[in-house]
Amino acid sequence: MEKISCVCGHENPFGTKICEKCGRPLSEEAKAQKVLDMRYDGTAIRSKTYNKSIIDKIWNFFSSVKVGVSLIIITLIASALGTIFPQEFYVQVATQEEKALYYKQNYGVFGELYYNLGLSDLYSSWWYQILVGLLGISIIVASLDRGLPLYKSLKNQRVKRHESFMKRQRIVAHGPVTEGDSSKTLDLIEEKMKNLRYKVRRDGNALLAEKNRFARSGPYINHLGLIIFLLGVMLRFLPGFHVDESMWIREGEVRAIPGMDGYFLENKQFILETYDNDPTRAQIEQGVAAIAKNYQTDVKLYKQAEGAVLGDTENMELVKEYSIRVNYPLKYDGYAIYQMDYRLNELKSMTFELTHKQSGESLGSMKIDLTNPEKEYVLGENTKVQILNYYPDFSGLKDGVPQTASQYPNNPAFVFKMMTPDKPEGEVSFVSIGASPIEAGENEYKMTFKGVETRNVSGLTIRKDVTIPILIIGGVIFLLGLAIGSYWNHRRLWVQQLEDGKIMLAAHTNKNWFSMKKDLDVVTEYAHLPQYIDQLEEKDEKDKEGDGAE
Amino acid sequence: MEKKKKRSIIRGIILGVLACAIIYTIYNTATKDTVEVLADGDTAPDFELVDLEGNTHRLSDYRGQGVFLNFWGTWCEPCKKEMPAMERQYQQFKDQGVHILAVNIAQSNFEVENFVEQYNLTFPVVIDKTKSVMQAYNVGKLPATYLITPEGKVKRVPPGELSEEQIQSLMESIKPE
Repeated sequence: MEKISCVCGHENPFGTKICEKCGRPLSEEAKAQKVLDMRYDGTAIRSKTYNKSIIDKIWNFFSSVKVGVSLIIITLIASALGTIFPQEFYVQVATQEEKALYYKQNYGVFGELYYNLGLSDLYSSWWYQILVGLLGISIIVASLDRGLPLYKSLKNQRVKRHESFMKRQRIVAHGPVTEGDSSKTLDLIEEKMKNLRYKVRRDGNALLAEKNRFARSGPYINHLGLIIFLLGVMLRFLPGFHVDESMWIREGEVRAIPGMDGYFLENKQFILETYDNDPTRAQIEQGVAAIAKNYQTDVKLYKQAEGAVLGDTENMELVKEYSIRVNYPLKYDGYAIYQMDYRLNELKSMTFELTHKQSGESLGSMKIDLTNPEKEYVLGENTKVQILNYYPDFSGLKDGVPQTASQYPNNPAFVFKMMTPDKPEGEVSFVSIGASPIEAGENEYKMTFKGVETRNVSGLTIRKDVTIPILIIGGVIFLLGLAIGSYWNHRRLWVQQLEDGKIMLAAHTNKNWFSMKKDLDVVTEYAHLPQYIDQLEEKDEKDKEGDGAE
Repeated sequence: MEKKKKRSIIRGIILGVLACAIIYTIYNTATKDTVEVLADGDTAPDFELVDLEGNTHRLSDYRGQGVFLNFWGTWCEPCKKEMPAMERQYQQFKDQGVHILAVNIAQSNFEVENFVEQYNLTFPVVIDKTKSVMQAYNVGKLPATYLITPEGKVKRVPPGELSEEQIQSLMESIKPE
């Protein structure tokens, strides 16, 4: 691609609008402007310069601000759509059919449509991720394309700029010094500008005072933060970076911890404490009997022995004993185990008494551990009870055979065989809760229900998120960039003393012209400079005058 | 010209890396739910569990032989239906180097013993007391069956109840050469 030669002899890259060296406007567009467009300091936006190969074309597509803004808008609309109805993630049903039904039942036709369009699982859909990915590419490419040339141009900028550059700045001044010896003017400007914390460079009869150049990097720092943030989100999908599992664990149980390989948790006990205050008015109004004070699970964390395979629970090493409370998770090795839920009073054991039906005489009692029943309970000499069958969650008879709905002792039922001195061959009885026993023939003895022991169940959540520090760093950099770009302004003042002693002056800032002018007012007074004019405001004022004449 | 080439290469690399990142993310999300599920050809996670007699069974001890790995519970209807068929096929295949290992999900010895007696099961039945093996094999609904080849690789089986013909052909498929 050909270079653009400036009158000053400098070779500029194709597409440059303002000569890198002297500042002469190069493009027809720039030449026609009264005040130069100083965005990117007139450097060639890289993508605009080459458009040959397919890679260049793709690159240029992503470099475009229009494309970037379009992507942002599309992503915004899509993200908003995902908030209309709850996402599938929050719908507590198991199967796809139930999910479809859920949306239909709760939100009618729109819910059905929403589900069928896939909007109910929008944020993990492929097209949404592509959208965010494209936005990421757009941010990176556009930043590289504009940021690098801008950085180079600002780094290599000359002190002396051509008259045509100076004249086309928004703030200009031209004229003799208003007072005193003009030979000292540049020294005075330098002194004052240094006072105002500008960096001052001089080159012969030219002077450049510059302040807060880093402010121009704000948007690029901001974009860097965004990219780091996106990267962190992406890392979540890598195995080992993000764990979010849950488990139910009963008091006394030892269970493998889902998502935390090689670790086991023992639930010592679950505690629910409530305040024992007299019900307040609000409590009565809302029908709240007691207010919860503490949800707590006392646990022991075990680690499998070194080199042990799955299922091997021998020689486990006790790692930690801890009381998990709400907001006080058990933390270990990047994992955190939170108290999330509970169920109270699940049956743990049942006590029965073997009694003679007519006399009511007791032959002894037995306690059955429902999680680990024995085959036989010896109550005395020649007196024992065998459990022939056990149905932890009795759900009725099917073809005369008792059924159990689950493995949990929600509704225990037993087939007992009672052996007594009177009936050494034994009597069989089917015993379930809330029903009279079913007997094979007329029994002399029966099992009388005496009582139960219960235990509680803790619902725990296991979390690990290595990406959070990355997200925080990304967020902080993002805000830092935003602050730099918003609260600091890049201000520049170019001064040239012409041969006749007259002063030519131009100033530029990327934002906050008011403060720029304040600085200029100070230096104008101190160095007796000709009064500057704001070429854009001047136009406005003329317009205003015109308005006023009406 | 040199510069142009270099520029194309750099741009190509940047775009390529970014495209890879997007594709990778999408791929991972699409397979997120199934990523922990064992895929065909994965090495079967080794485990050891204790049977009712107190003997330890380690999966890797069966290397060189096929293993029909069945997860079950006494409350699960289809499990009950499968068991007699499994027992019959076990009698056919045990001398041909195909074994059955039935893993009960954290129930009491009493219940499992009762069940084994009731159905006259002769193959080893072990209990996964801590559910760790169940988690590693990502067992959801019962019954769940995995085939382990003589090389110790996983062969997936469609979930749900299996008919006797299915059990037979599945066991046939993991017979050592």
